[in-house]
This record gives sequence, C-alpha cells and structure tokens, in this order.
Amino acid sequence: MSITEYFNLVFSDYTLRTITLGTAVLGAVCGMLGSFAVLRKQSLLGDAISHAALPGIALAFILTGVKDSNLLLIGALISGLIGTFWIKSIVKKTRLKNDTALGLILSLFFGFGMLLLTFIQKMPNANQAGLDKYLFGQAATLVESDVWVMTAVTSVSLIVLLLFWKELKVLLFDPDYTETLGFNTRFLDILITVFIVLAIVLGLQTVGVVLMSAMLLAPAAAARQWTDSLGVMIFIAAIFGALSGVFGTAISASQDNLSTGPVIVLVAAVFVLFSFIFSPGRGLLFRQIRFHQNRKELNLKKTLTFMYRIVKDHDNISHPHAIKILNNFHGFTKKSLKQLEKQHFIQLKGNEWAMTEKGFHEAAKMYNEIGNTNE
Amino acid sequence: MTKKTYAIQVDDLTVAYDYKPVLWDIDLKIPEGVLMAIVGPNGAGKSTLIKAILGIIKPIAGSVKIFGKPYKKQVDKVAYVPQKGSVDWDFPTTALDVVMMGTYGTLGWIKRPGQKEKKTSLEALEKVGMLEFKNRQISQLSGGQQQRIFLARALVQNASIYLMDEPFQGVDATTEKAIINILKELRNAGKTLIVVHHDLQTVPEYFNWVTFLNVKGIASGPVRDIFNDGNLTKTYGINYKVAVNK
Repeated sequence: MSITEYFNLVFSDYTLRTITLGTAVLGAVCGMLGSFAVLRKQSLLGDAISHAALPGIALAFILTGVKDSNLLLIGALISGLIGTFWIKSIVKKTRLKNDTALGLILSLFFGFGMLLLTFIQKMPNANQAGLDKYLFGQAATLVESDVWVMTAVTSVSLIVLLLFWKELKVLLFDPDYTETLGFNTRFLDILITVFIVLAIVLGLQTVGVVLMSAMLLAPAAAARQWTDSLGVMIFIAAIFGALSGVFGTAISASQDNLSTGPVIVLVAAVFVLFSFIFSPGRGLLFRQIRFHQNRKELNLKKTLTFMYRIVKDHDNISHPHAIKILNNFHGFTKKSLKQLEKQHFIQLKGNEWAMTEKGFHEAAKMYNEIGNTNE
Repeated sequence: MTKKTYAIQVDDLTVAYDYKPVLWDIDLKIPEGVLMAIVGPNGAGKSTLIKAILGIIKPIAGSVKIFGKPYKKQVDKVAYVPQKGSVDWDFPTTALDVVMMGTYGTLGWIKRPGQKEKKTSLEALEKVGMLEFKNRQISQLSGGQQQRIFLARALVQNASIYLMDEPFQGVDATTEKAIINILKELRNAGKTLIVVHHDLQTVPEYFNWVTFLNVKGIASGPVRDIFNDGNLTKTYGINYKVAVNK
C-alpha cells in the first residue's frame, strides 16, 4: 500500500481510521501536556513514569488473569503514580538530586517489570502472549473504545488547562511566587502531574514503555522554537503531536514490517530537527545568517570609520589615498571595499580609494555615535 | 499599656535545611512604615528569613505574624520580589504578562485578568520606566530591566508590605537610583519595605531601619541608632569601619 492509497483508505477502512484517530489524539494530548514537562525542566520525568508503569501492567495481568487493555492500563496508572510519588519523596527527603532519583526509580521499576514479564511467560495461561507489546507498543491493537478513552482524557485535560490557565502559567514561571500569592501549589503540582501520568499511560499501548517519553518531549521542544507565547506553544505542540501520529501511522501502514510506535517517534524527531534548524527566531540557520550579516555590517562600519579618521584631517575629503595605508587595519577586505563603493561611500581607482561626500557624512555620523556610546 | 501591632512580628524562628540551622531563634519586630535593610554575610540566612516570613519555607519552630495574623490570612497584604536568578527568563511570555501575574492573587482561583488588571499592570510598567518594553519577550530584557519587571509585578499587588530579595543585584547605577526612588515613594505612602541588601555603604542613604543578621539576629532598629561599628563587627566578624566610612 502506498501513502496515497493509505489516505484514500483512511476514511473508509475501520481499522485504519481507528488507529489514525487514536495516534492523532494521543499525539495531541502528549504535545499539550509535554509542554508543561519541558517548561518545568522535568523532561526525564516522563521517561521514568513510563518505565515505572511496566510492573503495574504485569501485576494487573497476574492478579486478574485477563488481558483487558483498560484493566492493564489501570495497573499501569497505579504503578506510574507510585513511581512518580517515590521520585518526588526521594528528592524531598534525601540529599539525592532529581536526575539520580529519576534514574533509580526508572531502572528499579523497569527491572521489576521485566522480571514479572518473564514470570508470566512461564504461567500456564493461554492468554499470556502479547504482554510484551507494551515494551515497544503496537498501534494495530487499538480499538474504538481505546480512542474514546483517549478523547475523554484529552477533553478533560483541555478543560482543566483552560480553567486553571493563569494558575498553571504562573506556577510554571515562578513556583515560589505562586505560593506567596496564596495559591495551593501542591494541588496544582499534583493536578498537572496526574494528567502527565495519564497521558503516558494512554500512550503505552501504542508507542510503548521505551519510547513514550519522546512523544511527550519532541512536540513540545519543537513547538518552543516557533513562538514566545505559552498558549501558542501548547497549541503548536498539540498540532505537531497529532501530525506525528497521523504521518507515523501512514508511513508504517504503507510499508510492511514497520511498527507504528517507533515511526511516530521518528516523525516527531523530524519535526524537532526541522524546527531547530529552520524556525525564524531561534533556529540555527537564521541565527547563523543574522550573525554573519551583523558581522559583515560591523566590518563595513569599522572600515568606513577608519577611513574617516584618515580623511577628516585633509582639506579635500575626496583626496585619493593608497589602499596600502589600510593594511595595518585588519577589518577590511577587497570585498568590503567593493561593497562600500557599491553604496557610493567611496570611489576606487586602481590602487587608491577616495571618500565621497555621502560616505564622509555617513562616517561622521557613525563616528560620533560610537564616541557617544563609549562615554 | 496597649499592645502595638507590628507590620511583621517574628518570634523564636528557627529554620534548618539539613542538620545545621540556617536561622536560629530569631526575634524580630518590624514597625509599619519603615524602609528596612537586612544585612549580613553570605550564608547568614537573609533570603531564608524572607522566605520563612512568606511561608515558602516551613520553620522548625517559631511563628510569623503579619499585622498580628498568620501569613495565610494576610496574603493580599504582602508582595514578594524574588531574586532575579530564581526563575528561567527563557520562559515563553512577555514583560506585560509577567507584571499581570501580580494581579492573580487578588483575582483568586480561575477568574481571568481583564481590562482593569491590564490597565494597572501598564501603569506599573510605566512607573518603573518599562512601558515601551511591554510586548518584549522577557529573555530579551537586560538584567536591570528584568529586575524592574519583578518590581512592577509587586507594585500591582498594591500590598502594605514588600519583601525584596536583593533587588539591586546586577543592576547599573541608574537603575539602582530609579528603584530606590520608587521604594522611598512607597515608604512615604506608608508602606513597609524589607530589602535584602549587600552594599553597606548605601545603607544610611537608602534606608531608615536595619536588621543585622548572621544565623542569629544581631540587632534591629533605626539606622541612625544601631548602624555602627559594634554591630557591623558582631555581624561580619571583622572591623567594617573601612568599608562604611569612605
């Protein structure tokens, strides 16, 4: 199936439509909530939470013996929340730093989860197969009810976001100050963390434990490049997330043996790469271009003011001088002289240059400006 | 004898992060309407004292009263100016937006700022001389400008007490003068201002009240009475005469 065939089928084929909708909604909610994680400098929290969810999935299966995806996700939710809570208490009560606590909980919970998975494989239960799909995710297993759950969570988190918009904004920027204003920052903190955990747990079935944090971070990191407004950033992150979901699903559906989760994450990574290079304000490319332009302009200005210092003591400003005498000044090149001539600031004749009336005035202006700022 | 109500009254306040106390048994009575400097060496607990007064840090023992009542009941009477370095200035927002945050406390939960809040915020920006930068992304402001934004944010709270953590840190002489003029204006309007301050030379010129702090409270009172060699030596451990009497 080619990409175009996919887009023709997506509206008629039930499975394709469900998967596409599911990954799009998932991408949107992850982008939205991921913005909070990124701005709070808790980017790695998502990684720890998703890994911490694994033992919950395994335990839910061991205890109930059924492989109902909602049931398993409740298990994931509980152990994800326990992991998050432990990370926060470790940081608060011991002298360990945040990254150490994250790494500790991540590997501890993930190791325990893997242990339980091997245990389950030896259980005499025909249902056991396929639990390991939660490691890397399998979008093909999404059904309509999963999409409904995702949509419900997305809607609720959107409502919460709009309702507590100003409180969350000031909390993200300055938590201590938020506390002094009389807001309960603990409540706000729990609120935002619970929704981040929920989004991660929802994505486990599709993207999997290992890659889930990328879904949270990539759209947000990409979106930050395009705007200086929090609201716009969250909106763009949601769009990037949704597009990653749709394109990722399309690409993986149009090729054989390409699992959806990793492709979605790779598409999100392309968004990040593109944004980091090509965004107008913060992007590397335009910053580099601006840097070179400024430098070139500065060089021209410096050359012109240097010439001005030579010229200003002569009665005739257009008296020609040898290019040679510029030699002990390092800021000029043949090119910059040509550039100055093009702007009619100087005239070049063979090995000599002469300043024009226009150039003299321009240089005098610059010279005085620089003189003033030096004071 | 009637009991006087102080703007801030601190009793037996002790704070510790680990085992070592950062503040030990502090008693402090700050009358209303003073412009007070908190001075002391690095690690004296100056910022911690301010944070403990604001309830950001929970003390091990002791109490803090704002006009005779606990802080939680007086949030609308107190404005805080944190250290400039305590936040990430690359946050996606504008100068005006940061100043508007000062109105959030009065608004309370959920309610959004409207035209009225925008107007008071623009007035505060004008007061600190930053009106032309209102739509500037905050990371593009200089250090002194960022400090003035924080001051404007506290101004819109229209509080009775202002607690400021090193508002002159890293600002140039012009900005320092502009800020101190606003602080003096506030004091003349009857407000109480508590400022963590490092430059001992300017204490007599800027402030009329001073607290010496070095884990323990050394002295607190009018500058003309207690800002002397004895207290400076007790606080800093060395003779500071040279530094002050230039």
